[in-house]
Amino acid sequence: MNIDRLERLDACTWRLNPESGMRVPVILYGDEALIRAMDDKVLEQAANVAGLPGIVQASYAMPDAHWGYGFPIGGVAAFDAGAGGVVSAGGVGFDVSCGVRTLLTGLKRPAIEPVKTLLADTLYADIPVGLGSHGKIRLDAQGLDAMLKGGAQWAVEQGWGEARDLTRVEEHGRMEGARPENVSARAKERQRAEMGTLGSGNHYLEVQEVTEIFDAGSAQTFGISEGDVVVSIHCGSRGLGHQIGTEYLRLMQGAAKRYGIALPDRELACAPIESEVGQDYLGAMRAAINCALANRQILTHLTRQVFARVLPAARLELLYDVSHNTCKFEEHLVEGKRRRLHVHRKGATRAYGPGHPDLPAAFAETGQPVLIGGSMGTASYILAGTSGSETLSFASACHGAGRSMSRHQATRTWQGREVIDQLAERGILIRSPSYRGVAEEAPGAYKDVHAVVQASDRAGLARLVARLEPIICIKG
Amino acid sequence: MKDYDSPHWEHFEHMADIGVRGFGATPEEAFAQAALALSAVICDPASVREMEKVEVECEAADLELALVDWLNALIYEMAVRHMVFGRFQVDIAGGRLKGIAWGEPLDPLRHRPAVEIKGATYTELEVEREAGGRWRAQCVVDV
Repeated sequence: MNIDRLERLDACTWRLNPESGMRVPVILYGDEALIRAMDDKVLEQAANVAGLPGIVQASYAMPDAHWGYGFPIGGVAAFDAGAGGVVSAGGVGFDVSCGVRTLLTGLKRPAIEPVKTLLADTLYADIPVGLGSHGKIRLDAQGLDAMLKGGAQWAVEQGWGEARDLTRVEEHGRMEGARPENVSARAKERQRAEMGTLGSGNHYLEVQEVTEIFDAGSAQTFGISEGDVVVSIHCGSRGLGHQIGTEYLRLMQGAAKRYGIALPDRELACAPIESEVGQDYLGAMRAAINCALANRQILTHLTRQVFARVLPAARLELLYDVSHNTCKFEEHLVEGKRRRLHVHRKGATRAYGPGHPDLPAAFAETGQPVLIGGSMGTASYILAGTSGSETLSFASACHGAGRSMSRHQATRTWQGREVIDQLAERGILIRSPSYRGVAEEAPGAYKDVHAVVQASDRAGLARLVARLEPIICIKG
Repeated sequence: MKDYDSPHWEHFEHMADIGVRGFGATPEEAFAQAALALSAVICDPASVREMEKVEVECEAADLELALVDWLNALIYEMAVRHMVFGRFQVDIAGGRLKGIAWGEPLDPLRHRPAVEIKGATYTELEVEREAGGRWRAQCVVDV
């Protein structure tokens, strides 16, 4: 990115002052190397978002931002319904409520080693992964609607998990305001065989080791210490969310025109929050959030069953579950006033600071666990929400490494088999149905996740707590 | 040397995802080729046997929106029928697009699908008649 137009506010904060068509400034977070390495499209897209009606304070890009669809991936923008604010299907993305859930196991690394291959093979056999894999769960129309209203709470009621899990899921496992009646028959049909499946692309289930602690106090509260084994699950709302994204993106093409909203990019299609289309989308999108929460809850249950067989000493307890593709109605302090806003996070993780009323009591002093997924050969990180992030980014942080190379280029650079062998030499077992999928997701195709989380920490968006490194990766 | 006048398809770069692009003498041919590029995101279209035929229909008042609708219709059919496709035919008349896709049930072991497609997007969306007369139809798909 050409940084000539940017004003540098501090080491990791950059501003583009409003230019023609922008209602608010753009704020980019990242150190100079990350900002320079970002695609120019990130600035262009963030500036386009800054021109949407009812946007409040600024259009933000997180340190892992990259060229997305209308909104940059790594974009955060809040809108005031009362000021003509809009909701955008592109501002949430196709994979509604994609997120990360991390489970503690109570085990140390040496306990895994003797059964590592068996654990990898059993997880791969029992967790439906990749295109063409189906879950065992089939829901009828009534069951599907109950799932869309009930989220992880519904899944626990069905026997997939424990009631105590729910205190460690955003929204206590159930997104209010979901309207299954706004979800098309096609979207429901697309979900029919997909409950309890991981998906493909960058989605994964990883067994990881805690290899470094940066903040001992918070780590203790989160229940992690060096050498611990944890399990992280990265996936979203599967076919249902993809179809909802597709359909509402299409509907909003017409809506934006009807409401006289000028769009510099078709992908920015949006509708006033208070319009019929806007409300219908919010109801459907919240149902998709519940689908994602239920899905990760079912995958948790499947994972527990595998551990119970392979490593009966393990006790899988939920650390936290947080999504990074959402639009949520939240209260934020803006210029001294508390306002209720619709906050879009497209590839950005909510990061509530200490004392936030929506957090479980356990995290009252540390702030919320912010779970950042890496690529399969690199590290993942656990951060904690800060008090300052509300004014910096509507309490949001990065969500992952972000790609530095296209899939196309990655498949020309690496062979899947070779990637798997190289990782095996480092003690990392990969299980995947597709060599090409593995090549597309090769660790070298991603940015340096460490630089991304460090910049998030330095900018004050979230505080580094721990690094996790993969032991086993089940990949779609 | 490749004959650039005959119908063909290619992928193009997008940082997070992948672009699909079809060329042909008519919009219909370009749309059918773009659909082949879509299939090739998942697996080699040449590996797909023509065992079943699926028909889809969508609006085509605006050719660019029609391309996205056509590709999304195929993504939907692949998802709910658990199929992959290897050949396509498109007809556009009277503001409607009628398409046929030939393919077979997805066999993970034989097709080795690389990735699932979430949806076709409006990014880099273009349906154009180029200076030389051939048609180009393209957009980015989210995977």
